[in-house]
Amino acid sequence: MYPVLAHIKIGDGLVLLLGSLFTSWLTVILWHGGVADKVIIRSGGKIFREVPLSRDQIIEVSGPLGLSQIAIHNRQVRIAADPSPRQYCVHQGWLKQAGEISICLPNQVSVELNSGSKRYDSLNY
Amino acid sequence: MTASITKLSTTEEDHHIARMAALALGLSVLEAAIPSPLPGVKPGLANIVTLIVLARFGWRAAAWVSLLRVLAGSLLMGNFLAPGFFLALSGALCSLTVLAASRHLPQRWFGPVTHSIFAAFAHIAGQLLMVYFWLIPHAGLVYLVPIFAIAALVFGAVNGLISSHFLNEPRTGIVKS
Repeated sequence: MYPVLAHIKIGDGLVLLLGSLFTSWLTVILWHGGVADKVIIRSGGKIFREVPLSRDQIIEVSGPLGLSQIAIHNRQVRIAADPSPRQYCVHQGWLKQAGEISICLPNQVSVELNSGSKRYDSLNY
Repeated sequence: MTASITKLSTTEEDHHIARMAALALGLSVLEAAIPSPLPGVKPGLANIVTLIVLARFGWRAAAWVSLLRVLAGSLLMGNFLAPGFFLALSGALCSLTVLAASRHLPQRWFGPVTHSIFAAFAHIAGQLLMVYFWLIPHAGLVYLVPIFAIAALVFGAVNGLISSHFLNEPRTGIVKS
């Protein structure tokens, strides 16, 4: 077998180690930084309620078309029922990560998952 | 009628740099044929030549080889002054800047592997900054950063090992002038 180690000096090993740690840190920060802990429910553009993601519950929000049902379950949230004609927000299913958002435009209701710090996505950039 | 001959006076060093740059160019053309999962993720084989030149002939020669390779490479691939050319150029300039500093590290402990990894990270950092500030000023770019960082680490280490192999191989033709 080719003696790879013969070409790695002590400093090189250190740089490899630091590089791996740096890369892992970047990956963790940039990919898993958004652990959601809060649900923001908006109605008519205003914040209707902010609830923690930890407690399972069903919240009803009224909009111009009727009641929207928002379900929190197992640290996930979804819009369970909505009177909007095309049901886009219901079909979006469970939201899990911070920054995910589900919007029912006709009924002017939206649900957003949020972590402690505000992150950027294509909607709020 | 006498043919007029324009003759540039060239030194032995010029010829040597040209040979090394041609070698680097060959490697980058070869590499262009390798399919890549993401634009920008490439082994950067031409940098093996840059690293060897750096170790043997100093930073100035390495800078010449690297920049000539970027220029001639873009002419060969047909992307001179296109975005890809500026990305390659910013990557090469960042790498050379970092190499100018890292080559002063004590040689006893730090070899080509170190220089290669540093240069690879600098290269991708330079390219990403260029992409962000010029081409795609979108925060979504950060999601790609870990992929580029992993590629830089792996390819940087491998290229460093290959350079080290050639530097320790006295019969390698390319390291002799």
